[in-house]
Amino acid sequence: MDPAVRAQRQLKAIEEQIAQLEAKAGHDQDAHLKLKHLHHQINFLREQIRAHVNAWQKTELARHAQRPFTLDYVERLFSDWSEIHGDRSFGDDPAIVCGMARYQGEEVMVIGHQKGRDTKQRVYRNFGQANPEGYRKALRCMKLAEKFGRPIFTFVDTPGAYPGLGAEERGQAEAIARNLREMARIEVPIITTITGEGGSGGALALAVSDRVYMMENSVYSVISPEGCASIMWRDASKKEIAAQALRITPPDLLEMGIIDEIIPEPDGGAHLDHDSAAAMVNEVLARTYTELKSKSVHDLLESRYSKFRQMAHFFTEA
Amino acid sequence: MAWFKRESTEIQSSDEKRVRTEGLWVKCEGCRQIIWKKELEENLNVCPKCDYHFRIDAFTRLSLLLDDAAFSVEDEKLSSTDPLNFFDTRTYKARLQKSQNDTGLKDAVVNAEGKINGRPVIVSAMEYSFIGGSMGAVVGEKITRAIERAAAQRKPIIVVSASGGARMMEGVVSLMQMAKISAALARLDNARVPYISLLTDPTTGGVTASYAMLGDLNIAEPGALIAFAGPRVIEQTIRQKLPEGFQRSAFLLEHGMLDAVVHRRDSKNYIARALDFMAPRAA
Repeated sequence: MDPAVRAQRQLKAIEEQIAQLEAKAGHDQDAHLKLKHLHHQINFLREQIRAHVNAWQKTELARHAQRPFTLDYVERLFSDWSEIHGDRSFGDDPAIVCGMARYQGEEVMVIGHQKGRDTKQRVYRNFGQANPEGYRKALRCMKLAEKFGRPIFTFVDTPGAYPGLGAEERGQAEAIARNLREMARIEVPIITTITGEGGSGGALALAVSDRVYMMENSVYSVISPEGCASIMWRDASKKEIAAQALRITPPDLLEMGIIDEIIPEPDGGAHLDHDSAAAMVNEVLARTYTELKSKSVHDLLESRYSKFRQMAHFFTEA
Repeated sequence: MAWFKRESTEIQSSDEKRVRTEGLWVKCEGCRQIIWKKELEENLNVCPKCDYHFRIDAFTRLSLLLDDAAFSVEDEKLSSTDPLNFFDTRTYKARLQKSQNDTGLKDAVVNAEGKINGRPVIVSAMEYSFIGGSMGAVVGEKITRAIERAAAQRKPIIVVSASGGARMMEGVVSLMQMAKISAALARLDNARVPYISLLTDPTTGGVTASYAMLGDLNIAEPGALIAFAGPRVIEQTIRQKLPEGFQRSAFLLEHGMLDAVVHRRDSKNYIARALDFMAPRAA
């Protein structure tokens, strides 16, 4: 068993024992105080465990096969899901799902990368690596949402855009580029959650948004740690150092002003409890949804532009 | 015991017999012929025998595109602050310093204002020899400024790409430049100011997947490598040898990803012609 999971289970077992003792302690004030103290210690240890998940461990958690994927969130947060397929030029890409849904009873568009859980599904979803037709489908659906004034939720979880022969022939670069430009001027709110892997241009092509949130155990990077290691160190086994050097964890990105907020996950990670993870995402989405839908189109586009215009000002003019 | 014994291992030669040939001749990558360097330069760094386009630096490009080389350079003081404090086998700061010393530039793009056949334009030309022309915070900011200036002054903008993509040493900061530049291009597009993207060898990764593919016209030089994922990455993914000419400009033209492939000697006239078409009509 994963040592982190084992530690979490042990903590939980101790917590249960404390609860039992609390029930037995009755009116003994001294015992209650001691138990309260133990409670604090456990919370402290939890925080310590969280704080010591390093960049590479986060990458592994972000890639966990049991993590909730877009359709898991759709199931828990939205109702009346009705999928939209195809880019109307070439084909349908199962690595990205799009559809109409209802959020808090209101019509919205949901778009996200989709990975598979078993081998067959993984191959079908191409491991969440979209082809150009996937990005074109996504853009088509965003335009549809814009036309009818429906807000857009996107969920990002991809190792990157697919680097294949057909993808190049059909213009992977052009498809991503067009999404970046068009998303910057879509006249409805766009709310993005990075739920797992935020892999480079393939992730950004769904994330030029009014708000970009990252789940606690997700990563967002310009290149995979393995890719970086094999280029810079000429040795893919240096991935752990590369993961650290690239600063891909949510706290790093929050500090650099790249993302807006970190969404906490249940103990041990979202893969252990999909329902609680979805509830935690919902808390943030609900708040943002209410805030953004009251904004005028002009304000929305101005603030989206200045968000990206002001972002990552790491230069001097000396 | 040996019959012969070499007394000295070195063969002496006098210095005056040596003919200095370094730098005078260049071997063409295309046809493997030896070309006289002066002849090559006079031919705009295009092989006179096979039309192979050699890479040229940003200033050579600017003087080739703009009238009489009478252009002013902008935003030249911007330099990176190393947001990640990145190090691999060397520190990023050291790499930056070395590139700055070698090229005399602060980063991998030069912004200029000048005229093309008398028509005022703004040009951003990338410098491949500066850390592979990679795009970090400075490249992103300079190109965005050039685009915003173009929109404000209603002058056409030309971006000449030559880049390996996003600059890994600036991590996700470099990724965000793609969004920033593309957002500026959306505004330029709304303002109906012409944007021509000239793709030169090589244009790959995040640069191709943002501004290089967003021109009103996307034109490329013959033989230029233009890709999202580089050939090596694709070969590793599909575990096959790639066909000859894959991801070269002729291949992209054939697949409908480019508007034209234009010889270096014709690029200025082609752009001028396009700007005539795109110029606002008199009321």
